[in-house]
Amino acid sequence: MTGARLLLSKPWIWSFAATIAVWIVTVLFTGGASSLGLSQAALTFAAFSVIVGLGQMFVITLGPGNIDLSVPATMTLSGTMALKLMDVQDGMIIVGLLVSILLGLGIGIGNYVLIKLLRIPPIIATLSMSFIIQSTAIWTNRGLRIKPPEILASFTTSNLFGVPNIAIVALILSVIAWVLLEKTIYGRWISAIGQSTFAARMTGIPVDGTRLVTYILCAVLASICGYLLASFSGGAALNMGSEYLLMSIAVVVIGGTAVAGGNSNIPGIWGASLFMFLVVSMLNTYGFGAGFRLILTGLIIIAVILLAGGRQSNR
Amino acid sequence: MNEVTTRPEVVAARGIKVTFGAVKALDGADLVIHAGECVGLVGHNGAGKSTIVNAINGGLTPHAGEISYGGIRAQHGISTARANGVRCVFQELSLCPNLTVNENARIMHAELAGWNWRSRAGALVELQLQEIFPNHGIDCDSTIDDLSIAERQMVEIAVSFAGLNQKPKLVILDEPTSSLDAGLAAQLMAYIRRFVGEGGSVLLISHILGEILSTSDRIVVMKDGRVVADRSASEFSKRSLVEAMGNVAREKEWQRAGDKRNGAPVLAMPARRGQGLAFEAHRGEMIGLAGLGGHGQTETLLDLYLSRNSNWWPARRKEIAFVAGDRSLNGIFPLWSILKNLSIASLGDFSARTIVDRDREGALGNGWKKRIEIRTPDMENRILSLSGGNQQKVLFARALATSARIVLMDDPMRGVDVGTKQEVYDILRLEAAGGRTFIWYSTEMDEIRLCDRVYVFREGAIVAELAGDEITEKNVLEASFSGGEAA
Amino acid sequence: MRISTSTIRLVIPAASLALLLAAVFYMQPRAMSYTGLNLLFNLAVPIALATVAQMLIMAVNDLDLSMGAFVSFCACVTATFLQASPAIGVLIFLGAIAAYAVIGIVIHVRELPSIVVTLGMSFVWGGLAVLMLPSPGGEAPGWARWLMTSRPPFVPMAIVASIVIALVTHFAIMRSSAGVLIRGVGGNVRSVERAGWSVIRIRAGTYALAGFFAVLSGIALVGLTTSADANIALRYTLLSIAGVILGGGEFVGGKVSPIGAVIGALTLTLAGSFLSFLRISPDWQIGAQGAILIVVLGLRLLLNRLEKREKSR
Repeated sequence: MTGARLLLSKPWIWSFAATIAVWIVTVLFTGGASSLGLSQAALTFAAFSVIVGLGQMFVITLGPGNIDLSVPATMTLSGTMALKLMDVQDGMIIVGLLVSILLGLGIGIGNYVLIKLLRIPPIIATLSMSFIIQSTAIWTNRGLRIKPPEILASFTTSNLFGVPNIAIVALILSVIAWVLLEKTIYGRWISAIGQSTFAARMTGIPVDGTRLVTYILCAVLASICGYLLASFSGGAALNMGSEYLLMSIAVVVIGGTAVAGGNSNIPGIWGASLFMFLVVSMLNTYGFGAGFRLILTGLIIIAVILLAGGRQSNR
Repeated sequence: MNEVTTRPEVVAARGIKVTFGAVKALDGADLVIHAGECVGLVGHNGAGKSTIVNAINGGLTPHAGEISYGGIRAQHGISTARANGVRCVFQELSLCPNLTVNENARIMHAELAGWNWRSRAGALVELQLQEIFPNHGIDCDSTIDDLSIAERQMVEIAVSFAGLNQKPKLVILDEPTSSLDAGLAAQLMAYIRRFVGEGGSVLLISHILGEILSTSDRIVVMKDGRVVADRSASEFSKRSLVEAMGNVAREKEWQRAGDKRNGAPVLAMPARRGQGLAFEAHRGEMIGLAGLGGHGQTETLLDLYLSRNSNWWPARRKEIAFVAGDRSLNGIFPLWSILKNLSIASLGDFSARTIVDRDREGALGNGWKKRIEIRTPDMENRILSLSGGNQQKVLFARALATSARIVLMDDPMRGVDVGTKQEVYDILRLEAAGGRTFIWYSTEMDEIRLCDRVYVFREGAIVAELAGDEITEKNVLEASFSGGEAA
Repeated sequence: MRISTSTIRLVIPAASLALLLAAVFYMQPRAMSYTGLNLLFNLAVPIALATVAQMLIMAVNDLDLSMGAFVSFCACVTATFLQASPAIGVLIFLGAIAAYAVIGIVIHVRELPSIVVTLGMSFVWGGLAVLMLPSPGGEAPGWARWLMTSRPPFVPMAIVASIVIALVTHFAIMRSSAGVLIRGVGGNVRSVERAGWSVIRIRAGTYALAGFFAVLSGIALVGLTTSADANIALRYTLLSIAGVILGGGEFVGGKVSPIGAVIGALTLTLAGSFLSFLRISPDWQIGAQGAILIVVLGLRLLLNRLEKREKSR
């Protein structure tokens, strides 16, 4: 009985259970030979989804209609700009990171200015913004593929005690996000806004200020992710962010964060990110193509949201 | 009177009981409407007027009692009521604002099907508008959004009175003249008399007693979910109506601490839209906002609150707090525990703006749990596990736990049982004595009588200020119902 | 007599289209010919159809993020099944339209956010498209090719088709009873319910109709491009939303305009050509589209403000 209640109260357990099941199935198929490699790859690629997913989760927690579509463009621009600035010099690594973060700050502010000034839904504001960011990225990139600084490249691709460094970075960011969400006043505020914006306003929460900070946070996390991804893959590509648009939303939804807002779930993002990667590699090992993979992803998203339900019935 | 009662019944509701939680909205009310009469329905807030209207039009199923249409008991529901010719003009506008007049008529009248419906709908509404409001000047091809509020109300009334195959039998008008000027209101009243003369029936709800007295054949007065008077209109005068609505005998003596109006006001606001009286509040005062529901009290509270509260920066010190009335809409955070719901407004006071101090939060919660007697085994339980009254106590505790010196209350006792009310009243009195200022919008006379000073609202403006012993049910009723003739 | 809001709402899109067209003609006088116009507006037809489909969804206060993937799917079906064995192709399309109706019902009954459901559906449609056409290929059915490349006298096909689409949808959405109910749901669900209509059926019908127009968009697209691939129309999601907004539609409140939506689609198509005529470096083309979107939204806000001030006077 208590077990059942635990399962219901901690929805992220499902995504981890599914992850483990898929992992076992995949490893069995390859006869156990690939278990370490598979786990490391899963952790590495899941880490990128986790970092952007965290930012998207904060935004989605703000309630219905809040979503940031500028994530992929931000990643691309941050990656290209940082690599161009660092110009393969190891001494510029920190500067590059700082510029990435500043860029995220600017984009976040830009997004919220558009939302507030034009009074348009976030989905359109962040979309228009992403066009402009994407163009800036194309302009910055000029088709050149600059390599990341040596130290940075080896840092992003190597392991510590068998755990990929990228995964450790994502874990640290997750812990910070968890503290922010669960322990701070800011975390209470975004949850309150997500449950009822008007009630939040009437308890004295500075709603606009909180939402601005949240959009900034999302853009900064996307920037950091772009910086790391570009370094990991040996250079920035103009389409490097594109698959993270839907992925960032998908891992949040599958991870058990309420789409209706107010309730977020950080462990679930990890479970969902690992699960998404493992499903893909499982289908690959079994020889299924990209089409089947996409269909399954879509059906999983719809199934999860159908089970999780929409608005709470008490409203 | 005998002549009327021999006519056939259109709608009869007998012994209707409806309860919302602990509150008896209707407690065995009877309302029978015959063909060819206009019944006026009056009563103060919470008397049960809108509840009985909703029961008759099928929107609400009563818990006890029976409703029959044309003398036949039928299944209950919106479609049954519509099939029996009952139409309702609601207080809030219920047209689609993005559609044109004739398109709205198409939605309201399903029988307008087939080709050329647009011009037939237009002709139908046009004819009806012409009949009720001659020389109205409304173009049936214009979008509702483009019309003025008065024009929208006219259209809604006309669409409801219009009938393609058959005229409606009963039209319920809930405050139909609230945004019409005197001339239009007179045209409507004249039309009601003609409509009734042709055998139709009208149930008229209005806060303008002159209208009710001159238009109705019979007036039904409701109080506390019951019908307290049901007589021919000619037997009433304005004075006797006000007396019937109130309960003059039960004027309780109340110990007041005298006038607290000294020094500068802690809160002041000029007259809304330049009409009526200005508002001000002093330290330690308990100020009531009275009048019929929806006449600008909530808006005033919101203006007061939002003008003193930044939307961008966290306040260094909270100076004003708000207790919501509609709990589920703008009060509680349904996903949270009782404790989180209670502490959300005062987190900044003890957490130094960063990490929430869980120990102090827990202590705060337990302190208020004892003080205001929230009935729960554990403050970590979900807020929805509490009864409505206890949820409301949490909202009170949320506001009182802050350092705010001014507390605004938006009819917070709606749907709360008597025991809880008494407990909360005692705490409020204590807090007021400690120097807190309360501004209290209430629809209940008993609560208004607890206040030191009362502002009575009508049509969005403050029309009367009562202090001390002037605060009687009779004075409040007179101020909220009078003056309609001027409009 | 007052000029209605819906007329005013058409002024900005029409004016911006005219302005853009004048600018294009000024810069490239050769465009002022039958062939020139045909080239300029060639791709407008499928975009206009997708925009109309999106407009229907927006009329009931929802948003379809799977529009691009669905049009791609339809294009793939057209280039494969509809071409090879028309009966199966038609059956697939009927199934897809039914799926749209089901999505509408699910969203309504479970009160789910349409954004997330259609996001999930975009994966499904995309996956189905990839299964059908893993690499670009297929062939357009002869009749679709003929229809899209036919050369009617005096006026190019693209413009004739746009006008037909605008008029047909204007009649269906703005003039017919069904259209009134669809917009009524967007404007005030409660009043539609109170009058005794089944909102769930209206929503399902709206989604199905949107699916139908998206199918037409896919067919038209293949008729122009002669072959398809799984990613052929992904940008239609954004283009269709932008087209509705440019055409004076609103996100909520059932305020839509089919004629405006078609004009919006034409404007977006033309904006692409205009930017290339301007010799704006291709780097900034996408960015310029974003900027145009922002400017138009800003203009509209300004107009709404003015209108409100006018009304309160």
